[in-house]
Amino acid sequence: MDNKLKELLEQKTQDVWRETLMLHKRSPETRVASSLSCVEILVAMYYGGILKYDPADPDWEGRDRFIVSKGHGSISLYPILADLGFFPEEELMRIGQAGSFLGSIPDPVIPGYETVNGSLGHGLGVACGMAVGLDRKKSSSQVFVMVGDGELYEGSNWEALMFAGHHGLNNLTLIVDHNKISMLDFCDNIISHGSLAEKFRAFDWKVAEFDGHNIEEAHRHLEAARNDNSSGPIALIAHTVKGKGGGHLENDSLCHIKSLKPEHVDELLEKEERP
Amino acid sequence: MNNNIKPMRDVFLAGLIEKMEHDPKVFFLAADFGAPTLDILREKFPDRFLNVGIAEQNLINVAAGLALEGFKVCAYAIAPFITMRCYEQVKVNLALMSQVKEMNVTLIGVGAGFSYVVSGPTHHSVEDISIMRTLPNVEVLSPADWVAAGSYVDFIVDNPGIKYLRFDSQPTPAVYPEATEFADKGYNVLSNGSKACIVSTGYMTQEALEAAEKLQAAGIDISVIDIFKLKNPDFKSLADELANYEYVISMEEGFIRKGGLDSLLLNLINDHKLNFRFEAVGLDDNYKFELGNRRQLLANYKAESENVVDRIKEHFSE
Repeated sequence: MDNKLKELLEQKTQDVWRETLMLHKRSPETRVASSLSCVEILVAMYYGGILKYDPADPDWEGRDRFIVSKGHGSISLYPILADLGFFPEEELMRIGQAGSFLGSIPDPVIPGYETVNGSLGHGLGVACGMAVGLDRKKSSSQVFVMVGDGELYEGSNWEALMFAGHHGLNNLTLIVDHNKISMLDFCDNIISHGSLAEKFRAFDWKVAEFDGHNIEEAHRHLEAARNDNSSGPIALIAHTVKGKGGGHLENDSLCHIKSLKPEHVDELLEKEERP
Repeated sequence: MNNNIKPMRDVFLAGLIEKMEHDPKVFFLAADFGAPTLDILREKFPDRFLNVGIAEQNLINVAAGLALEGFKVCAYAIAPFITMRCYEQVKVNLALMSQVKEMNVTLIGVGAGFSYVVSGPTHHSVEDISIMRTLPNVEVLSPADWVAAGSYVDFIVDNPGIKYLRFDSQPTPAVYPEATEFADKGYNVLSNGSKACIVSTGYMTQEALEAAEKLQAAGIDISVIDIFKLKNPDFKSLADELANYEYVISMEEGFIRKGGLDSLLLNLINDHKLNFRFEAVGLDDNYKFELGNRRQLLANYKAESENVVDRIKEHFSE
């Protein structure tokens, strides 16, 4: 990665972390912890030249499809979409208010979102349908889906994993935000995922794992997935920390349902860089 | 007796195959469920047919994804499994999503009511009318015979939206003359009487017609209205039609008092301030495991034609 891109992605990571905390301060019912674990992934996708998109025409046929299946945990995408011009930045000030389209769970009424979110385990199956559709249309667009690890408890994911593996969908990439915490506890205390990589490989997926907070690694793996046209779907397992840069929420087993008090947000924002 | 008996699904699929020849956007998904005519379809259009396996949740999600890419999707499975097994997927990725994005998806459920007679309660579909009617943006189509079933091909392919087709699994006698044009109003008056009227849907229209025949033999002329659009029929004209009678009975092969055909009519009565005696015939609030032929299964709930004949005779002897 050239230094200029690296600097840009690092700067954007800081900006998005900051904006996400401010969104949470304005709308404390947002799920801030799971929105903070995927900041680098989203930054790499949108600023690192991975996704093809057109903010002026969010439904542009030539775009890549990016389904954010872990909807609650993607508030950090709001500032990115606003920054890129999918909608006016002023909208960020109205999050959670009557008349705003920015709720605590994003839906496709927000320009840039593909699907209805909030109910978990749907994104990968819909992505499979899109991937087949794009293939039949002979489109070069690709489909990316981001899921949480807690979300993988939903059985519909495994129906889709079987389907995608069997059909060798080479235009489909699954990104797992593997922050190891579901709603009430660490995943290992609920039902351990064991090795997700081995499970996906057993379903005929190509798998790569990386540190999801290392922007260079995240970008490298996403880029490799974007450029890989060989047969079979790709699963990228991003090892992340839930609540990253969220002070005491970081890696707290209950951080999914905890909010930061306004003064805590202010304290964090006083820092020059994400802790 | 009527010898013009055919399965709804094969008549519909034959029409769909013809449509697929001309419309490259039609895509067919099955959840490991077939029909003789489907064998022709999948051989003819290997690029536009996929068997997703016994996985109805994924069936709906894949259908949604294809529809978002502009395909006109038919998803095909056994009725209880394409409605209840994946109800959440239908709600989120079809009913909700189609309100925001244009989508064309038709769910084809085979096995309406008790039509899988001996398979028992898991294969009976007696909840689907009410639960599918509950969902906004979903049209519910319940044909009485294969003529009606076959007539839906152009409608479902040419009009965006989400539709649920409720097909009988048994071959059905023709109620309608072949090539009947089915009006948008969503119902047809099949037999004309003066005082009482049975409003029925699906297979129950066959039962209703039998009841009408028996009553005619007893000197009582009743009307039968077959209603096949269970979500958005032309309420106004239906209300005007029903206003002609002093006694109306609904017949459905599903639970009553829970949002099905009877609820549709009760709301119509209320909304249009209609004034006649109304009774709902269908299934009360329990499951049954007893085996029997279809008539016996209905009789277990006092929902067969004979019971309706008795009720109407009793009403007019009072």
